Amino acid sequence: MNFFGFGQTAEIDIVLNDAETRKKAEHNGEDGRKEKYFRFYDGETVSGKVNVTLKYPGKRLEHNGIKVEFVGQIELYYDRGNHHEFVSLVKDLARPGELTQSQTFDFEFTHVEKPYESYTGQNVKLRYFLKVTISRKLSDITKELDIVVHTLSTYPDLNSSIKMEVGIEDCLHIEFEYNKSKYHLKDVIVGKIYFLLVRIKIRHMEIDIIRRETTGTGPSVYNENDTIAKYEIMDGAPVRGESIPIRLFLASYELTPTMKDVNKKFSVRYFLNLVLIDEEDRRYFKQQEIILWRKGDIVKKSMSHQAIMAAQRFEGSSNPEKSHSQSAEDGKS
Amino acid sequence: MADAIADTRRLYTKPQNLNDAYGPPSNFLEIDVSNPETVGVGRGRYTTYEVRLKTNLPIFKLKESSVRRRYSDFEWLRAELERESKVVVPPLPGKALFRQLPFRGDDGIFDDSFIEERRQGLEQFLNKVAGHPLAQNERCLHMFLQDEIVDKNYTPSKIRQCCLG
Repeated sequence: MNFFGFGQTAEIDIVLNDAETRKKAEHNGEDGRKEKYFRFYDGETVSGKVNVTLKYPGKRLEHNGIKVEFVGQIELYYDRGNHHEFVSLVKDLARPGELTQSQTFDFEFTHVEKPYESYTGQNVKLRYFLKVTISRKLSDITKELDIVVHTLSTYPDLNSSIKMEVGIEDCLHIEFEYNKSKYHLKDVIVGKIYFLLVRIKIRHMEIDIIRRETTGTGPSVYNENDTIAKYEIMDGAPVRGESIPIRLFLASYELTPTMKDVNKKFSVRYFLNLVLIDEEDRRYFKQQEIILWRKGDIVKKSMSHQAIMAAQRFEGSSNPEKSHSQSAEDGKS
Repeated sequence: MADAIADTRRLYTKPQNLNDAYGPPSNFLEIDVSNPETVGVGRGRYTTYEVRLKTNLPIFKLKESSVRRRYSDFEWLRAELERESKVVVPPLPGKALFRQLPFRGDDGIFDDSFIEERRQGLEQFLNKVAGHPLAQNERCLHMFLQDEIVDKNYTPSKIRQCCLG
């Protein structure tokens, strides 16, 4: 960054005011490595301090202004030069002048709108970050701090089950059922496959979770399909009248909420793919979209209440009176 | 609070009919290629194989059949299926033209081990193809498996299920 190769004359450090209390969330980087970032929700205030430390105290730092930005942007990998900023807020920290000593600046972006969830995918990335810039004649000094934004939803009013009869005429008829059409990220898919007609030799059956990332618009739409999970639900040959149960815990997989047409740039959708494989390795499949949504964390208070009750239930045998009243309370909840 | 532990109980299922549970499965299909026999004399000799089929699939007119076929009949079937259907047809065992050259140390294409290798390949080929739902719709497959003679001047057509079951 510094043409003369002397290294940075100043170091910038961004520290959030609630760094001690704010939760961090894991997020995959482009290279697949997971890192933890501070987690924010829509509407939350982003505030903190910018510490500018002069590397050589005594040596003045001339600058054309110091500012901090809060940016939300979408980056399409095939078009790296163009960042689409959907949130862009600026706060000036210092007017053009000079710093004679290390200094700390306060900043606050109040109730910032963060309409979309952070996402790092195969062909597109959506990220939020704070960026401090010390403008200078030859080269700016900058520092970025990435944050992760989660979008929360509540239980949908309508959440019908998915039930369908599919097949190949005279060869294979099945009826599949999934208990819901909308699942939260820690939910369980409960379902069943009922065989109505089996004239082929099935060897096993699995259910796959597929993520489809769609980027681009109009004629240049690109779909990237990723199989996130493969889960065998049946090994062996079924006959007519048999029901195979499905119980698939979503928490063990790396899933994001369904994102439709984010800023008109990309979509991320999830599909369940039911696959039957016969003796000759022929595959018969049926894809069905499911909507994934993110549920807020359970409120800490009720969690510890549950823990207390569980603990007392355990200890209850030593104090019969106490356990009696406790089980009465259990019955209520 | 009610959602703290997910409900993972199985969905309701109809009890299975015991006849369905313990009766013969509806997908019984067995094809054997066996009993190679060399017919003819001199340079006109060729080998035929017995193609035996046992099934309970309604799409086959006969529940049991036995016909004799030679290698070129299999080649004909493969070509017909490739042209008429959308099936990706598996390969046949090799044509072995080099075995038909003169001055060989062994019996060429009438060599026992070669015939056995070919027999196995033909059996694998037929089992793979005959179990394919799309191939089962082709007239050429049924003619090959169950008609006495393969009429190469036939009119290609699709078969619909000929009997309920």
